[in-house]
Amino acid sequence: MTFDNVWVLAEAPEAKPTSFTYELLTKARQMGSTVEAVTWGADVDAYAADLGRFGATRVRSAGDLGDALPGVPVAAAMAAAIQGGDRPDAILFPQSYDGRDIAGRLSARLDLGVLTNLVDLSDDGTSEHAIFGGSTIVRARFTGDPPYLFLVRPKSFAALEGGGASPEVVALPVPDTGPLNAAVIKQRHVEARSGPKLDEAPVVVAGGRGLGEASNFELIEELARLLRGAPGASRAIVDAGWVPYAYQVGQTGKTVKPTVYIACGISGATQHMVGMKGAKHIIAINKDREAPIFSIADLGVVGDVHRVLPRLIEALKSRS
Amino acid sequence: MNVVVCVKQIPDPANPGRLDPEAKTLVRQGKLILDDSDAYGVEMALQLVDAAGGGEVTLVSMAPHNEVSGLRTALAMGASKALLVSDDQLQGADALTTAKVLAAAIRRTDPDLVLAATESTDGYTGTTPVQVAELLGLPSVTFAKRIECDGSTVRVERQTEAGFDEVECPLPAVVTVTAGVVEPRYPSFKGIMAAKSKSVEQLTVADLGLDGSLRVGQEVTDVAAAQERQAGEIVQDEGNAHDRIIQLLDRLKVI
Ligand SMILES: Cc1cc2nc3c(=O)[nH]c(=O)nc-3n(C[C@H](O)[C@H](O)[C@H](O)COP(=O)(O)OP(=O)(O)OC[C@H]3O[C@@H](n4cnc5c(N)ncnc54)[C@H](O)[C@@H]3O)c2cc1C
Ligand SMILES: Nc1ncnc2c1ncn2[C@@H]1O[C@H](COP(=O)(O)O)[C@@H](O)[C@H]1O
Repeated sequence: MTFDNVWVLAEAPEAKPTSFTYELLTKARQMGSTVEAVTWGADVDAYAADLGRFGATRVRSAGDLGDALPGVPVAAAMAAAIQGGDRPDAILFPQSYDGRDIAGRLSARLDLGVLTNLVDLSDDGTSEHAIFGGSTIVRARFTGDPPYLFLVRPKSFAALEGGGASPEVVALPVPDTGPLNAAVIKQRHVEARSGPKLDEAPVVVAGGRGLGEASNFELIEELARLLRGAPGASRAIVDAGWVPYAYQVGQTGKTVKPTVYIACGISGATQHMVGMKGAKHIIAINKDREAPIFSIADLGVVGDVHRVLPRLIEALKSRS
Repeated sequence: MNVVVCVKQIPDPANPGRLDPEAKTLVRQGKLILDDSDAYGVEMALQLVDAAGGGEVTLVSMAPHNEVSGLRTALAMGASKALLVSDDQLQGADALTTAKVLAAAIRRTDPDLVLAATESTDGYTGTTPVQVAELLGLPSVTFAKRIECDGSTVRVERQTEAGFDEVECPLPAVVTVTAGVVEPRYPSFKGIMAAKSKSVEQLTVADLGLDGSLRVGQEVTDVAAAQERQAGEIVQDEGNAHDRIIQLLDRLKVI
């Protein structure tokens, strides 16, 4: 099948579209003859041209949502447009916090299924999903009528510019949703972080429970700094409260595809590997020779992180 | 305060099954267990009911073959009772179908709060709970890393890309919890014994009045092994393994 009109859910916190948004627009451009972006916020006019550069010819804006969570109002607005006759053939959603809420709400509202965790999508509409930590690929497709809802995993597609003039911005009216939309954001907290962003850094140094205790995460941060990379973490130490959630790599955290990923004291659970096995090169340090992480490492060091990391850090310092 | 927790019973992730290349399906055997992700919801529910000074935790699950092993674990933790939907026609159910079933089961109870996990370990669509909320006409807050309730409002710290948001929502509502929201208790011996006599109400699609309204609009066309990454060189650290790492980083031009 070919897709005529494809919509992309465009997230733009702080008035700047995410790289994830650009990945989806790029894919949509290859799939469909027209691409429209669905977005919200007070400053849509400020970034509409960015969406155009990646192929959107029209931007549908649900406007300023104030303190509401986007899930309910954006889904309701999309549903109303679709029921009103503006039917896209496919909608690409980012598998992100709000992307999932919006896709799930829309799916139930329109009684349409949603395919989740996509890592690829072919021209005939067949989607690919990685399971078991990426060791197995499932292919699936919709059997009913469009629109088809696809939730895509980050970094599944490259982000390439290609598009044209500034798109027209049109209103996507939000209907009254009554008590459904009763959740309000009282306060937003931003956790400070320096250095390159985890999902964009060319080098990621990640630490796990093998570090022993929270204070040893300094070794990870120092090594990351020396390599101009970003520190990351397994969920075990995020849950333990050693580092904020923003550091987490894996199924429920970030997907990273750096040039080099250095896993320190991480066992290599499938849920961790699914977030980092796309790295070009993987180095693992673990004291257990049987640790699963070694099965995907280009260089595996069987050793104690408390010995290997300080020496590595010293050696790097003496080079610069 | 009455809390419903959606709990999924899944094949043991340590023994995830194998691929049948002929039938293009996953072959899974053995008992189902309580999804770890849902243990957090059960614990959270127990603590909220405790803090409210009374009420009940009711489990809702959809699983094949009247499977109860996972439910027994959650009952042993302290939940009061369970509703289990089991029906052959639910084989291959997608997230929306699952949500319709769960929503219909939840309607039979009268919860102040519905908890689910942010995502299940085996399916991880992460959409089921919000679909349930939409079908029940309830507001929802996903990705909770902290929850507090007073009689009429739930206050949630919701993870975000940048950090977290403090979100307030009137009850009843659906909230999804992340791991780390609480530390799940281990069932005590007493709990395990008590769980054996707790009620698990078994329901079919017909019991829920959903006959004829469920259709799955998607199909699996193929299941195949992914191209595997090969293991590279493994070296034992004899005091100089860091040199090997530096050589590689040098070669890759990252230093
Ligand atoms: C639904 C779900 C989603 C999940 N999502 C994620 C996710 O997004 N990301 C994620 O990471 N996990 C995720 N997990 C958790 C995952 O299953 C593992 O529990 C987790 O990744 C383990 O973290 P770890 O490797 O740090 O700890 P462990 O598995 O405990 O491994 C620690 C490792 O350190 C090694 N070690 C110990 N001491 C030393 C030493 N001195 N020197 C060197 N090595 C040492 C040990 O040999 C061991 O291999 C998820 C789980 C579920 C159920
Ligand atoms: N079959 C099921 N029975 C009970 N709860 C479920 C079921 N499927 C999903 N859920 C709930 O929804 C959450 C998210 O699941 P998923 O959408 O599969 O990622 C799970 O952790 C459960 O809390």
